[in-house]
Amino acid sequence: MLEIRNLHVQIEDKKILNGLNLTVHKGEVAAIMGPNGSGKSTLSYVIAGKEDYEVLDGEILLDGENILEMEADARAAAGVFLAFQYPLEIPGVATMTFLKAAMNAQRKARGEEELATTDFMKRVRAGAEKLGIPQDMLKRGLNVGFSGGEKKRMEILQMALLEPRFCILDETDSGLDIDALKVVSDGVNALRSPDRAFLVITHYQRLLNYIVPDTVHVMAHGKVVKSGGKELALELEANGYADYKTLAA
Amino acid sequence: MTDITPIRTPAESAILSRFPEVKASLPGTSAVATLREQAFGRFQETGLPHRRIEKWKYTDLRALMREAAPIAAVPTEADLAIAKALLAGLPDFGAANVTVVNGRFAPSLSDLGALPAGVSVVDLGEALGSGHPLVVERMGRAAAADDAALSLNAAFVAGGAILTVAPGTAVERPIALRFVTVGNASAVYPRALIEIGKGASVTLIETHLSADGVAHQANEVVEIFAGDATTVDHIRINAHGDAAVDVSSLGVVLGGEANLRTFNFVTNPAAARHQVFFRFAGEHSTATVSGASLLKGKRHADTTLFVDHAVENCASREMFAHVLDGQATGVFQGMILVRPEAQKTDGKMMSRAVLLSDDATMNNKPELEIYADDVACGHGATVGALDEDLLFYLRARGLPKAEAEALMLAAFVGEALESIGHDGVRETLEGLVEAWLKAR
Ligand SMILES: Nc1ncnc2c1ncn2[C@@H]1O[C@H](COP(=O)(O)OP(=O)(O)O)[C@@H](O)[C@H]1O
Ligand SMILES: [Mg+2]
Repeated sequence: MLEIRNLHVQIEDKKILNGLNLTVHKGEVAAIMGPNGSGKSTLSYVIAGKEDYEVLDGEILLDGENILEMEADARAAAGVFLAFQYPLEIPGVATMTFLKAAMNAQRKARGEEELATTDFMKRVRAGAEKLGIPQDMLKRGLNVGFSGGEKKRMEILQMALLEPRFCILDETDSGLDIDALKVVSDGVNALRSPDRAFLVITHYQRLLNYIVPDTVHVMAHGKVVKSGGKELALELEANGYADYKTLAA
Repeated sequence: MTDITPIRTPAESAILSRFPEVKASLPGTSAVATLREQAFGRFQETGLPHRRIEKWKYTDLRALMREAAPIAAVPTEADLAIAKALLAGLPDFGAANVTVVNGRFAPSLSDLGALPAGVSVVDLGEALGSGHPLVVERMGRAAAADDAALSLNAAFVAGGAILTVAPGTAVERPIALRFVTVGNASAVYPRALIEIGKGASVTLIETHLSADGVAHQANEVVEIFAGDATTVDHIRINAHGDAAVDVSSLGVVLGGEANLRTFNFVTNPAAARHQVFFRFAGEHSTATVSGASLLKGKRHADTTLFVDHAVENCASREMFAHVLDGQATGVFQGMILVRPEAQKTDGKMMSRAVLLSDDATMNNKPELEIYADDVACGHGATVGALDEDLLFYLRARGLPKAEAEALMLAAFVGEALESIGHDGVRETLEGLVEAWLKAR
């Protein structure tokens, strides 16, 4: 489903990704692990289409189509979703208004009918309930004054409502206590399907006990330096990243 | 040194030679005629304001008024019909209407028979001639600065309206004061005197309307005398046409234990200058002076405030939002004066601007002049582009650039609109903001 070939990326003359290769198949949950600063968030932003990054070389193919020339909103409509490591607060934009605008914008881009308000409300209510998000939170400004855990739940709610085919979770586990981690993981697992793939970025192995990956990739110095099955995560947990910090240099 | 003959611009020369010609035809008692002569004398000294006059630094009327448009004639039946058609394009506020066309009161376009109880309306043109007590005692006392625009209006005012709200009246239905200018490019100098009796409450919607493409030169003065314990919600919508140059002055004298809000909304005229002269005359009162200007093309909008804390224990909030696109220019000049006797003054002034293009300009000049020692006052000003990271967040959820920007801008302007008390009017303005953003 997603194929990244020889990706080189820099920002402000600083090289961050150095010839990264990665393939994620349909239905697969791929985990990316790696030390802080290895370029994990950069990779997620580049896939989602953030403009600050300069792609020097390489391709990102989504079901065979190069998405690098597409704007962020076009990629979203094509099914790319990024759950942000640090979801942003947008004062004055009510969460409900935002959710409706996002869902309808994507439908419009795909040539589909806008959602009827009752249908929209039903979907939001059901989704929020599953993630333990109280209704009154949906009336507030997007993420404004939400706790770290609430923001992460809100990201998963958005993912559930937008039904993307390629989901990137950037350190969704950071800042979550164990109960919240379970709720969020259940939310993600409920979305696993043969037609959907996930890229789960995490620094710690803990999350992978709840969202069990099919493949694990280790990233260091802007590229994937080792790939394996879920046992690789346990190995990393035991030995740390020390080996990889030198390996890629 | 020899005598210096000031160099007059063609517009100034035209205005100066015009007054002696028209003054006999302007309405008014001999006392009013004296006021006109005095005002004209002041204008003769200063001429049109230009950028070397500190308070007009960013809005150069000499440059904006290359020629002086002729004074608008008394509206004909045909003019009134055109005015009526223009008015039909205004949002429906469910208000009782009071209309002024080409600077003269227009009873046929006013709801005189259906005014709410306690509200009365008088033709200012007639009142100038009959020695109406409000003219004699109050005219020029709220908008009372030494200012060329005020002088011009005082010299040339031909009409307008007097509106009074009887003490203790809670007026439910909004009153709409509608100023319309029709016909060829012309100069209008209407004025409204508004007296709100003790304990009364009212919502006033002041609109200014003219057709696109016509270079009218409007100079409007509205004076509000709000007594003790009054509650006033005043919303001004500047819907002048896109070639109009509009200078407006609002004067307010607010009594004690009163609450007055005034909001100014500008999107369309080529150039607009709105000046507010606000004076607290009684203690324990609150004023909210706010506005939003959404400008594109080469439009220019200036808001210049003078808030005079002359007594103790009053609070003022000034909050202005500018959204500037294309080569538009926004100006905010705010002066809060806290006199020595105005202890316990609470004043906060804020101006925020979003620039949507590299060629847009915002000039901010907030000032505090404080002579009392026990006060809480502050001001701030921000100018910047929309936050790129927030835009990316919205776009990563599928919102196209224009839609993401519109959502953020609506939220930005919405914060200023919050200060409007009347729900219906606020919602109407939210709709106008949305329409402006869509058409961007
Ligand atoms: N906007 C930026 N400007 C400059 N350097 C950046 C920027 N974003 C990230 N970096 C740098 O790129 C490297 C990778 O960062 P990041 O992708 O956030 O790593 P990770 O998510 O793996 O911790 C870091 O050294 C970081 O400081
Ligand atoms: Mg990161």
